[in-house]
Amino acid sequence: MKKITALLIAAVLLCSLALTGCGGSSKTLTLNVYNWGEYISDGSEDTFNTIREFEKWYEETYRQKVKVNYTTFASNEDMYAKLSSGAVSFDVVVPSDYMIARMRENNMLLELDFKNIPNYENIDPHFRNLYYDPDNRYTVPYTYGVTGIIYNANVVDEADANDWDLLWNEKYKGQILQFNNPRDAFGTAQYKLGLDINSGDRAEWDKALAELKKQAPLVKSYVMDEIYNMMESGEAAVAVYYAGDYFTMLDAQAEGVDLRFYYPEHTNYFIDAMCIPTCCQNKELAEIFINYMLSPEPAIANAEFIYYASPNTAVYTDEGYIEEMGEEAMQILYPEIGDFAALYNEYAFRSMDEEMLGYVNSLWETLKIN
Amino acid sequence: MKRASKIYTALIMVFLFAPIAILLVFSFNRAKSLSVFSGFSLYWYRELFRDTETLKAVSNTLILAVSAALISTVMGTAAAVGINRIRSRLLRSALDSVTNIPMINPDIITGISLMLMFVFVGRLFGAATSLSFWTMLIAHITFCLPYVILQVLPKLQQMDKSLAEAAMDLGCTPLRAFFKAELPEIMPGVITGLIMAFTLSLDDFVISYFTSGNGFQTLPIRIYNMTKKTVTPKMYALATIIFFVILALLLVSNLYDDESAQRRRDAKNKKKTREVKT
Repeated sequence: MKKITALLIAAVLLCSLALTGCGGSSKTLTLNVYNWGEYISDGSEDTFNTIREFEKWYEETYRQKVKVNYTTFASNEDMYAKLSSGAVSFDVVVPSDYMIARMRENNMLLELDFKNIPNYENIDPHFRNLYYDPDNRYTVPYTYGVTGIIYNANVVDEADANDWDLLWNEKYKGQILQFNNPRDAFGTAQYKLGLDINSGDRAEWDKALAELKKQAPLVKSYVMDEIYNMMESGEAAVAVYYAGDYFTMLDAQAEGVDLRFYYPEHTNYFIDAMCIPTCCQNKELAEIFINYMLSPEPAIANAEFIYYASPNTAVYTDEGYIEEMGEEAMQILYPEIGDFAALYNEYAFRSMDEEMLGYVNSLWETLKIN
Repeated sequence: MKRASKIYTALIMVFLFAPIAILLVFSFNRAKSLSVFSGFSLYWYRELFRDTETLKAVSNTLILAVSAALISTVMGTAAAVGINRIRSRLLRSALDSVTNIPMINPDIITGISLMLMFVFVGRLFGAATSLSFWTMLIAHITFCLPYVILQVLPKLQQMDKSLAEAAMDLGCTPLRAFFKAELPEIMPGVITGLIMAFTLSLDDFVISYFTSGNGFQTLPIRIYNMTKKTVTPKMYALATIIFFVILALLLVSNLYDDESAQRRRDAKNKKKTREVKT
């Protein structure tokens, strides 16, 4: 009796195995996406879960399952190192402008087939044909941003809040925060002095260094993401950071802290764009994903999540989005820029050759040692 | 003097535990801020359990740590037994130095050289991606092994060599003699090695960073990558949970140790009283 039951159970199990085997006959596709950390609407705090929604949408549209392997990085240089090691394969990556230029020069990017990306028409013409991709063949912009100055209005005199001078103001000694990476920190001095931030002339960099050395005794500390806590709590009063991040601080500011924001006259612009690296395994799927990211629902959700400006017209003309962000945020995130391309091409970071980068890094070290 | 040393200890305790205390408190913060406490709430715990990517990173980390710890313990114990039997002094010290390499090497060098090796081997076989869960597992086993060997070897040296010989004299095969006579003797070392390997694998960042591939990210890497924007209190909630789980495990193991020690003492006393009676 026992034997018969065992046999029956075995038979049932075998059948069910065979059945499930049949059910999953079409094989699941995989898409490997490599993006900045916390740089996509991920379903937290009741937001739109972009990756899950894409998988659902793809299955409904193409009747085939897709699994997105989502991996994150913390800096352009980290991403570049991983990708150029040849040890990994990604289908979509989202680097910043200067890194895109470098990857393009090293033949690490594939040309996009815009037939698969019809939503590209949503991209504002200002964000096309920029220096890192002059013929618009490799990239689709994802976010952009402008560097500005954040200050605590309860400490800082409104009259002092003009241009880059606030960061060099003796009155706020010990309350000023400066970037903790060479390009951005030197940038502040270069914009202040009206120098070229991509200069190949060592003397210009020495001038910027002298300016930073003048600032050093006033600086509380050189920071990156520690800036959030220090500004929110009122520990520091003046800082320079990206416009979108100001709103994150604003949301969390302590009582007695009144954070404000303004743009200096000349400042830094950056763009992070989606592109397809040469190690891509499924180019068409990658293009479909990029196209999906440009469609209104995910694009708006991502822009609201990241808090950076979007180059997508379907986002910044959307009434729901404008209402959600509020008037102040719209004004700061989308400043009236006449000719974005011209400003951008003049003031954005470009990749520099190894020798210059080495020189800049050595200057940076002398600053940090003192 | 005594007072000074007490104050010093107290200071160390404060500086060691204050960050954990702050982390604990702010995990219950209602607001998003990590510096301003605006009211008690379990909001971030709910958020944490909804964050599928973070939960996946946690489970990845645990799977990796458990498998790396188990495999490296088995391999490390076997290696220690082997090393212990080597008679040649030269060969033995050579092997000792070789096993110590991953321990002495800075993490970053171990990480990069392992990555280069994986890429090289991957290229040989023409694979598009050479880094995956398996390469990370190999890397973790590599740096855990010397710690296990280091824990087991002294136990083997302390052990009476005639023990295994006696077992074999009484009819055990060498394998059986190892499991029945030797292993129970060195068990405390094996267990310590296992726990060390687990904790080392759990909080390794540098080596994992270089050997991680598509899609498989551990918790330390995920948290590091959050620093472009800001780390949310979700991570404080997660750290609090991990802290309490480990605290509970420690308490349980301490209680268990106390109990078994008590039992041993009782047994000894009983024996003594019996001896006195006779």
